[in-house]
Amino acid sequence: MSGLLSVRNLSVTFDVRLPGSWPWTPSRKLHAVSEVSFDLQPGECLGIVGESGSGKSTLARAIVGTIPSSGGNIMFEGADLANMDPRQRRVHRRDVQMIFQDPLAALNPRMTVGEIIAEPLITHEPGTPRKEVKTRVGELMERVGLLPNLINRYPHEFSGGQCQRIGIARALILKPKLLICDEPVSALDVSVQAQVINLLMELQRDMGLSMIFIAHDLSVVKHISDRVLVLYLGRVMETAESRKLTTVPEHPYSQALIASVPIPDPVLERARPRPILEGELPSPLAPPSGCVFRTRCPKVQPSCADARPVLEDVGGQHFVACPYHEATQILAANG
Amino acid sequence: MSLLDIEDLRVTFATADGDVNAVNGVSFSIDKGETLAIVGESGSGKSQTAFAAMGLLAKNGRAAGVARFDGQDLLSLSQGQLNKIRSKDMAMIFQDPMTSLNPYLRVSEQMAEVLMLHQGISKSAAVTEAVRMLDAVRIPDARARVTMYPHEFSGGMRQRIMIAMSLLCQPRLLIADEPTTALDVTVQAQIMQVLSDIRNDFGTAIILITHDLGIVAGFCDRTLVMYGGQIMEEGPTHDIFASPEHPYTSGLLKAVPRLDREDATLATIAGEPPDMSSLPPGCPFSPRCGQLLDNCEAERPALQAAGDRRRACHLSVQEVA
Repeated sequence: MSGLLSVRNLSVTFDVRLPGSWPWTPSRKLHAVSEVSFDLQPGECLGIVGESGSGKSTLARAIVGTIPSSGGNIMFEGADLANMDPRQRRVHRRDVQMIFQDPLAALNPRMTVGEIIAEPLITHEPGTPRKEVKTRVGELMERVGLLPNLINRYPHEFSGGQCQRIGIARALILKPKLLICDEPVSALDVSVQAQVINLLMELQRDMGLSMIFIAHDLSVVKHISDRVLVLYLGRVMETAESRKLTTVPEHPYSQALIASVPIPDPVLERARPRPILEGELPSPLAPPSGCVFRTRCPKVQPSCADARPVLEDVGGQHFVACPYHEATQILAANG
Repeated sequence: MSLLDIEDLRVTFATADGDVNAVNGVSFSIDKGETLAIVGESGSGKSQTAFAAMGLLAKNGRAAGVARFDGQDLLSLSQGQLNKIRSKDMAMIFQDPMTSLNPYLRVSEQMAEVLMLHQGISKSAAVTEAVRMLDAVRIPDARARVTMYPHEFSGGMRQRIMIAMSLLCQPRLLIADEPTTALDVTVQAQIMQVLSDIRNDFGTAIILITHDLGIVAGFCDRTLVMYGGQIMEEGPTHDIFASPEHPYTSGLLKAVPRLDREDATLATIAGEPPDMSSLPPGCPFSPRCGQLLDNCEAERPALQAAGDRRRACHLSVQEVA
């Protein structure tokens, strides 16, 4: 089974020079993403969660191609994007588009909204008549909930939610097959966040888009995604259908993560057992041996330090990287 | 008598484009040992209300009204008098701990400074006390790490340092302005646990300013909902969440995706957060309200109390969807 996107053992490393080191000392390798594998089907939305420093954004950027990968394959419709020369890769770039966290920073302040949205179209289809470009931009603006008469305005005249809509329109003008959303709603207010989430879900359904949705807010990710992938220090801990992951997670890290997400209901929230995860993410420059989560894991065993756990198939598209995994109900499944 | 009493607080900023009214007539009070949440989106005036009470408004800001702490009106005090109250009686922690700590000073220096100023004790005694407080907020190996600089700590640890520093003089009121917004959920859970221990151990009253309804649900006795610089609704947290009596609160609660629920689509509140430089004459929420009455746009609803709840809405309680 290959699907639209099939990522195999993808790794991204950065060369890091420690402050105060001599120019001739070799740089250290930082493994931001380490041997990540997953599949994405057409029309599916995969959520990626993890704490800051877990490598979620690096993974997204490696798939889009703005960061070179250092190992593994990114099979997109049968072609390996990771090991392709840049000229070939350009052909595929139009099929994979991205939206970003800070909606205003992602837009060129000196271009009008119309120019911003049209830019990918003019780059990838240079022969398109100006009139057609204009109609397509207008239609798309309407589709994402912007008044088409705002076409000549500049980004600073828009609110955060509207800027995110502009970013979405720019990403969709080429009718991509895959949309990668990197924390698209975390900079927005709650009421506006719901608008953008609904818009993305509608567009995904109507255009048959595949989506990779990255966020640190597990509630948002679970709402929008069909499946969720949990990352910790660049490694996949668990991946499962989103409802299954949030109700009966198997990996101790997913369990701790879900237990720390507050629920806006005073009765439920105060009755929940709260096993608090101690400590913080270890330095990615010196990750723990064996299982990277073992330094914070409540179920740690001596053998966890020895070998890196493999991603085990526990059935029903559910994979867990922990030999001591155990389905545990963290939340009551209601509603 | 309540610990902090705010009456008809107004905050205005003079800008090049004219006056911006950030807070428009806010009144509330908090008792000893109580935990109050101030909830709102950007531009709701929740932070400016706290800044005004602490005397921390930006230079172009003016506060009017009354903010009485223990019988003393904070708004009429000089900087010198305020400095005596701040940290000793009331303290504040902020969203971004890195920008609130002095990057050039060791943690021990910044923390000892507070105690030396307020309690006049020697530096070594002050550092000992600082270590004790860092232990209380569960910074591992505090004795050795107290001489480190802020940048050597992680975000969660810096927030703990801020909390420890604010508690040095055992203030009776702690104002926490989005203390966990910049942190990961697992670290957020740790920090909320620290705040909850402090409340139980020291009996500190806490005002928690946040946009996260989840942490409010788990932590606060009372909840105050602000929009456009005004109070929309206030009451015991359990009641506000179980039966919101204002369309804004109700909309907000429905707009948050929940981990324990399956929603096909989220209910949304139409429109954008308010432009504070041009608020409508009536209810600030009227441009976005789904249950508009004839007089909502023209007439500002008064904040009316009923039992232990207050609300500002022209609709009757039963009519709120």
